[in-house]
Amino acid sequence: MDAFFLQVLNGLDKGGAYALIALGLTLVFGTLGVVNFAHGALFMIGAFCAVTFRKLITLEQVVLSKTELSPWGTPLEIRTPYAQQWFGDFGNVLIDYSVPFSLLLAIPVMLLIGISMERGLIKHFYKRPHAEQILVTFGLAIVLQEIVKTFFGANPNPQPIPQALQGAADLGVMVGLAQHTITYPIWRLVYLLFSLSVIASVFAFLRFTTFGMVVRAGMADRETVSMLGINIDKRFTIMFGIAAVVAGLAGVMYTPILPPDYTLGMDFLVLSFIVVVVGGMGSLPGAVLAGFTLGVVQSLASMTAVKDILPGIDQIIIYLVAVIILLVRPRGLLGKRGVMEN
Amino acid sequence: MSIKKNGVTRRKVLKGASAGLITAGVAPSIFVKGAWAQDFRNDPKGGDVVLGFNVPQTGPYSDEGADELRAYTLAVKHLNGEGDGGMLNTMQPSNLKGNGILGQKVTYVTGDTQTKSDAARDSARRMIERDGALIITGGSSSGVAVAVQALCQEMGTIFMAGLTHSNDTTGKDKKRYGFRHFFNAYMSGAALAPVLNAEYGSDRRAYHLTADYNWGWTQQESIQNATEALGWETEKNVLTPVGAGDFSQYITPILNSGADVVILNHYGKDMVNSLTQAIQFGLKDRQANGKNIEIVVPLFSRLMAQGAGENIKGILGTANWNWSLQNDGSKAFVKSFGAEYGFPPSMAAHTCYVQTLLYADACERAGTLYPPEVIKALEGHKFDGMGNGATEYRAEDHQCFKDVLVVRGNQNPTSQFDLLEVVQEVPRSQVEYDAKIFGGELGPYEVS
Amino acid sequence: MFNIPKKDAITFVLFAIVVLTMPIWLAPLGASYPGLLQKFAIYALLAVGYNILFGLTGYLSFGHAAFLGVGSYAAVWSFKLLSMNPVLALVFAIFFSGLFALAIGFISLRRSGIYFSILTLAFAQMSYKLAYSVLSPITHGENGLQLTLQDPRAIDMMFIERGSSLPTSSLFGIPMNGYAGFYFCAVILLIGFFIAQKITSSPFGMMLKGIKSNEDRMNYTGFNTKPYMLTAFVISGIYAGVAGGLLSITDPLAGAERMQWTASGELVLMTILGGVGTLVGPVIGAWIIKYFENIFSAFNESVLHNFFAFLPDNFESIVVLISSKFVGEGWHLTLGLMFVLVVVFLPGGIMEGVRRISARFSNRKDPSKGEEVIDPENLPKPDLKKGE
Repeated sequence: MDAFFLQVLNGLDKGGAYALIALGLTLVFGTLGVVNFAHGALFMIGAFCAVTFRKLITLEQVVLSKTELSPWGTPLEIRTPYAQQWFGDFGNVLIDYSVPFSLLLAIPVMLLIGISMERGLIKHFYKRPHAEQILVTFGLAIVLQEIVKTFFGANPNPQPIPQALQGAADLGVMVGLAQHTITYPIWRLVYLLFSLSVIASVFAFLRFTTFGMVVRAGMADRETVSMLGINIDKRFTIMFGIAAVVAGLAGVMYTPILPPDYTLGMDFLVLSFIVVVVGGMGSLPGAVLAGFTLGVVQSLASMTAVKDILPGIDQIIIYLVAVIILLVRPRGLLGKRGVMEN
Repeated sequence: MSIKKNGVTRRKVLKGASAGLITAGVAPSIFVKGAWAQDFRNDPKGGDVVLGFNVPQTGPYSDEGADELRAYTLAVKHLNGEGDGGMLNTMQPSNLKGNGILGQKVTYVTGDTQTKSDAARDSARRMIERDGALIITGGSSSGVAVAVQALCQEMGTIFMAGLTHSNDTTGKDKKRYGFRHFFNAYMSGAALAPVLNAEYGSDRRAYHLTADYNWGWTQQESIQNATEALGWETEKNVLTPVGAGDFSQYITPILNSGADVVILNHYGKDMVNSLTQAIQFGLKDRQANGKNIEIVVPLFSRLMAQGAGENIKGILGTANWNWSLQNDGSKAFVKSFGAEYGFPPSMAAHTCYVQTLLYADACERAGTLYPPEVIKALEGHKFDGMGNGATEYRAEDHQCFKDVLVVRGNQNPTSQFDLLEVVQEVPRSQVEYDAKIFGGELGPYEVS
Repeated sequence: MFNIPKKDAITFVLFAIVVLTMPIWLAPLGASYPGLLQKFAIYALLAVGYNILFGLTGYLSFGHAAFLGVGSYAAVWSFKLLSMNPVLALVFAIFFSGLFALAIGFISLRRSGIYFSILTLAFAQMSYKLAYSVLSPITHGENGLQLTLQDPRAIDMMFIERGSSLPTSSLFGIPMNGYAGFYFCAVILLIGFFIAQKITSSPFGMMLKGIKSNEDRMNYTGFNTKPYMLTAFVISGIYAGVAGGLLSITDPLAGAERMQWTASGELVLMTILGGVGTLVGPVIGAWIIKYFENIFSAFNESVLHNFFAFLPDNFESIVVLISSKFVGEGWHLTLGLMFVLVVVFLPGGIMEGVRRISARFSNRKDPSKGEEVIDPENLPKPDLKKGE
């Protein structure tokens, strides 16, 4: 039973990540109708915001030793972080909490990237065939990837969890079970809460603000809204920026779990499309629901009890579930009629 | 029939056209070897000796590939008598004079394997068919090594494998034209098991997480056999999809399984992720059967240790070589590599450097570049001073036998490269095995 | 059966000349060696076949790599079990890829648009994942399916002795791994191209185009579009299977990576890059991508130094430094940039660009000949007649 519960928890955690990525994608893909193959790259860039931030605050003063040599023959380098020199203890806290702090860097950076992407490139492609959207966004994704590779190499860049949030929490004890029955990493719980709150704020933003209302109206009927004299284009640009921010934030917080490298985006690309389509085109709740469903199903399918009966099922479960859902429900879980059906 | 006629005339046309036109300046020798034994593919006939370096330049292993390429260019320099000579000075016996190979200057061409079999074979074919490469060498995965090795056997071109650790490369998929200096999964198991036994005791239950493909299986099998022979029990072996990213669903079942050692048969990104996450799940802080749960990563390299960051500390595993070794060969290599690039080489770089020198030396000893003779010179060759102590290229399976390093993630690294400490240099006698156990067939010397 | 419109005949003859003389005109580009020539022919065939589905019907399949993989495996198994004959291997590849395409198409075509794409993607990814892991007894997983000396090769063994080295596939004694292999692939490509032309100009092709422009309307007029769609899907799957078979014939090793989504994606990109719906466009797209992958990736710094040796020393090292970011290990960057530039400046792909340039060129040169410029508005007239 505890094994089952743990797997559900794993699934929710995974689902949180899937839902966050899919949420950003569905804002531009499901509603603006742009097949954005660069969405994975946005997730990756978010992750590298965390890497960059940490690199910056751990910048070290390097003094070459005059007497000692390193084992490979060059003068020995003595390093001390500037942050420590300048800020003392606060510098150390900054370094320790570099991942959460880099959210502050990620928000403006991602907003900027998202908006310039839309203004510079995507806006010319709203009326172009999907095929061309694929080509241009895929090309863009490759370019972004290669730029990141030039600066950070191809190796994963590990990001530490803040000291206070390391280790696992014993959830079982809290509900009166024996020690060690259900333990779960604190950071993963933080991630789950974080993803839930980001999802909630995006929904609240669209639901309760005038801006959100206009955007929703624009999604439903773009022509009419623009005839009312509302500059819907500008709002769509901002939506694109928000989508980029959501993807970027998901990337930042995921770095301690998955040390990022430049191919991170491509690894998540196929998955994010599947989540969005299974959720149903044009539906934000659908994307979130599909994210959590696929996460949980994937975790449960990986249980040894299941794998013993169906070897290799965990390899294909996501795709299998996607096929079944799309055959049973023609427009995914909560899809709207007529969105990208031809 | 028309195809045949067409094909032959085209060839003639082409022979004339290509000699002048091909940008690389090397005419492709497309002709299958004729009656004269010494007339072989890509014979430079007194011109430059071209080596083909086939390494991953894109994709997740491209840092490893870049390091391999650095080692190769360094080796070419040393062979041509430039630089400080590196291991040329420590290799024993050595017939290398720093004047190229057989007095002919050494040059090289490069290609991108993308760590994909198809791409690797395409790029190897280009280097053989267009650029006139005499050998193909490099690579960072066993799948690629096996695929390229098979191609090289067909082509009659020697393949000096780069980083490949699967038993299959010199086991069931071994080839006459393929040679591996790197160690393999069997040797990892044989070297690691006694150390594990000494460190953690003989009464242990192991839980394996294994990457679900050929290399993962051979490593898991090797480790399981070696540890069970010393009295360990194997609780479970769970196969995980390659590139799973998040391994949480495979880690949680370990927690209360009753196993007290976790063995991660993963490499590259999979290893970085599974180790990082296993530690986040508190595996190392937990106890089972009254003992601390331990994590073991049977194969790791410095580059992967860098990717895993803090988490690698105290983890046991094996490596082919590490730059901190204090023998003459290693010191000479680290010194010239460091002088050239400003940081120490990885073990992939070491293996590639050594392979290049070994090939050159074999040519000198054979007195010819004719592949079958070079192969015979490599088979059974014993040498020393290349960083791993006394080493032998076994004739039966073209596997190098040498000491294996058992390493541990360094608790107090003095620099960003000082990540592994050598626990023990396991002597070669302990990791040797009968070539017959993995089957396979080398195939002929002469290919038509 | 062999009569095609005059314009198509000219296209075919020109195409045949271009393909068959590739060893000559690719030589100055450094791409004239058997390995790459074979790949050019094979991937061109793949793209031509893919265009029958995507170009004519507008259905974007993201799982065609699966058929490529099935074709490759089928061909290697035919080598292993029966004979090294390439024709037999192709028959096997056609049969199994056709069967596979029928099954996947039957299910996936129940949905349209993006839902169809995701279904095909899911099936291909499942094939890839299983071939890489659980199905290893059939596919040999990561190591790839290879020939061995002990293979039964039942038919061959009736006629010849078992040799000491691995056999190569050969037709009438001509080995398929060199230039002859290229010509074999080239002939198959030409046959495939001809069939694609026939399909495009046939009533069946018109039907498919009708589905592209408005499937609902087609249905309302009483046509059941499903059988037509399925036929197109299977035909294009068979093309991919044949291409897979040819990959195995010229280089007998089949790996699971051929089925991965990146392989399907590459095919989609080839088609779009060249020009969706045109016959020649996808072929050009395939050649460009394969050229980048094989030739651009091969430029290393020493090659660049030689290339820019004429420049003054300081300047040379700067030029080499900058250009090295775009070739060798940076070849992906150039590819990505090209995708963006092509689609921004040449909507409709490279063929559209060619059309525009030739239109402007002939207009400026000789306005009176302006009418001969290919104009899609005027062209389909003879086709329409057939369609009725």
